[in-house]
Amino acid sequence: MSRGRVTGGRLAWLGSLPFLAYVGLFLLAPTVIVAAGAFTDVANRPTLANIRVLGERTVVDSFVNSIALSAASAVIGAVLGAVLAWVVVTGNPDGALRRTTTAVCGVLAQFGGVTLAFAFIASIGNQGLVTLALDAVGPRPGTGWLYELPGLVLVYSYFQIPLMVLVFLPALDGVRPQWREAAETLGGSSWQYFRHVAVPLLTPAFLGALLLLFANAFAAYATAAALISQGAVIAPLQIRTALTSEVILGQANAGKAIALGMILVVAVAMTLYALVQRRSARWLR
Amino acid sequence: MSAELAPGVAPLVTGPSTAPAVPGLRRRATRRRTVLRVVLLVAFAAFFAVPLLALVEFSTRGAGGISGGRSLAGWQQIVDYPDLVGAILSSLELAVLTSVLSLALLVPTMVWIRLRVPQLSRLVEFLCLLPLTIPAIVLVVGWAPIYLWINYFTPRAYQSSPLALTFAYIVLVLPYSYRTIDAGLAAIDVRTLSEAARSLGASWATVLLRVIAPNIGPALLNAAVLSVALVLGEFTVASLLNYVNVQVAMNNLSQQNSNVAYAVATASLAAVFLLLFLLSLASRRRTRGSSS
Repeated sequence: MSRGRVTGGRLAWLGSLPFLAYVGLFLLAPTVIVAAGAFTDVANRPTLANIRVLGERTVVDSFVNSIALSAASAVIGAVLGAVLAWVVVTGNPDGALRRTTTAVCGVLAQFGGVTLAFAFIASIGNQGLVTLALDAVGPRPGTGWLYELPGLVLVYSYFQIPLMVLVFLPALDGVRPQWREAAETLGGSSWQYFRHVAVPLLTPAFLGALLLLFANAFAAYATAAALISQGAVIAPLQIRTALTSEVILGQANAGKAIALGMILVVAVAMTLYALVQRRSARWLR
Repeated sequence: MSAELAPGVAPLVTGPSTAPAVPGLRRRATRRRTVLRVVLLVAFAAFFAVPLLALVEFSTRGAGGISGGRSLAGWQQIVDYPDLVGAILSSLELAVLTSVLSLALLVPTMVWIRLRVPQLSRLVEFLCLLPLTIPAIVLVVGWAPIYLWINYFTPRAYQSSPLALTFAYIVLVLPYSYRTIDAGLAAIDVRTLSEAARSLGASWATVLLRVIAPNIGPALLNAAVLSVALVLGEFTVASLLNYVNVQVAMNNLSQQNSNVAYAVATASLAAVFLLLFLLSLASRRRTRGSSS
């Protein structure tokens, strides 16, 4: 290697300076602002007053609600997504069903926000298609629940199930047909194969996907914000309140404390995810 | 518990074999499974199709209610709301700016790091994937003071322009762009290509624009399309930093004229779906072409 190349090597990292500067300013700086702001007051003096906000009744409730919502939608999404993935994987691996389902799931897993809220209001809202159709044949179904936690669980399932399909399909592909044949040769029934081979084998992958779905739902904001315009039943909506409402004196950094709390919850979920992922990689490749 | 997690030692109950011995039973079980699969597929298809159909239905609902005739009034009135049209244009501009600038930031950096400073590659990967673990709603809290500064330094005439959101959106698309470009670069021999070009006297700009870029064309297109799709659907950052993009505008309008708002929602959704669907078709054709 030439000498010029070596000296160039010492300063070569400068070539990545624009990228590092940009990421430092718009990704790391905001993160530091949140983390530091959670422990300082408006005048940048250290304080624990913001953290005390995390102990307030409404904020605690919002975190409990958020965790319940994320857990419920993750479990529903994971179970139904696994079922859909099974339906797909038992078909022809190169067939149209599998290709269409993965393409559609790829699109729907990214779908969310105002449009998704609109779609559900148009279906089961007060003037929704399904509501009016059911009204025509029987008693009118209630619609208020759509704008509360149960509604959010249903609406979140709309992107959680497709995400589960995408995450879980590779794991199902890793289950070799030979294992089923081996179980049958030994006289095992379908149930025994399911209970003693498939389930233990897929459990780590399933738990990993569950955690990913949990983090996904916990971080979601736009759909809930469009559906629930008033109040703050979940943690992301508490941040909206903190950012948009008239700031109460001395609580200007309360939003940062709530944001820090959210980072911690997501970090726990993602750490567990990484641990589980390492375990499942051992069996399925 | 450990026995359950270790499939190798999972106990197989050995007993008198009953189930798959008779071919007729086997066939009946297969048929039952086929029926179950079809029923499940129909149920899932209904769950995913109904809200989308309802959205289209709602945007074309006439004055006579659901049983009245169809009406395209909602779609036609889009142009009567100049703020809405402005927001649509802003979102389109944001989509173009974000996809072009994120590529301009990432591609040179990633090529440079592959060639000259591979020891930085782990750091760059970590930084690029970081937005996946920090929710946008959290980043917004940190962006708020930074945007106060940005506003402070922009001329008054441009202060409310949503194009300032480009800075934040580039961060949001980083993970997706990084992954696609990384896959693109991994598929070609960056070192040989660039050294060949350099030894023939090409400048670094020429290497990037006329040697590397054409060779990872599909990856660049992929990254750009993903960025466009993400930006067109973005609501969180825009609404909380008080900028009006298409999602914010149609959310505001939904109280006032829901038909128009739902028409815009349907149109933006159709655009995004079409883009992503074409992308998945194109990428599949490529993978099949390369494998055969």
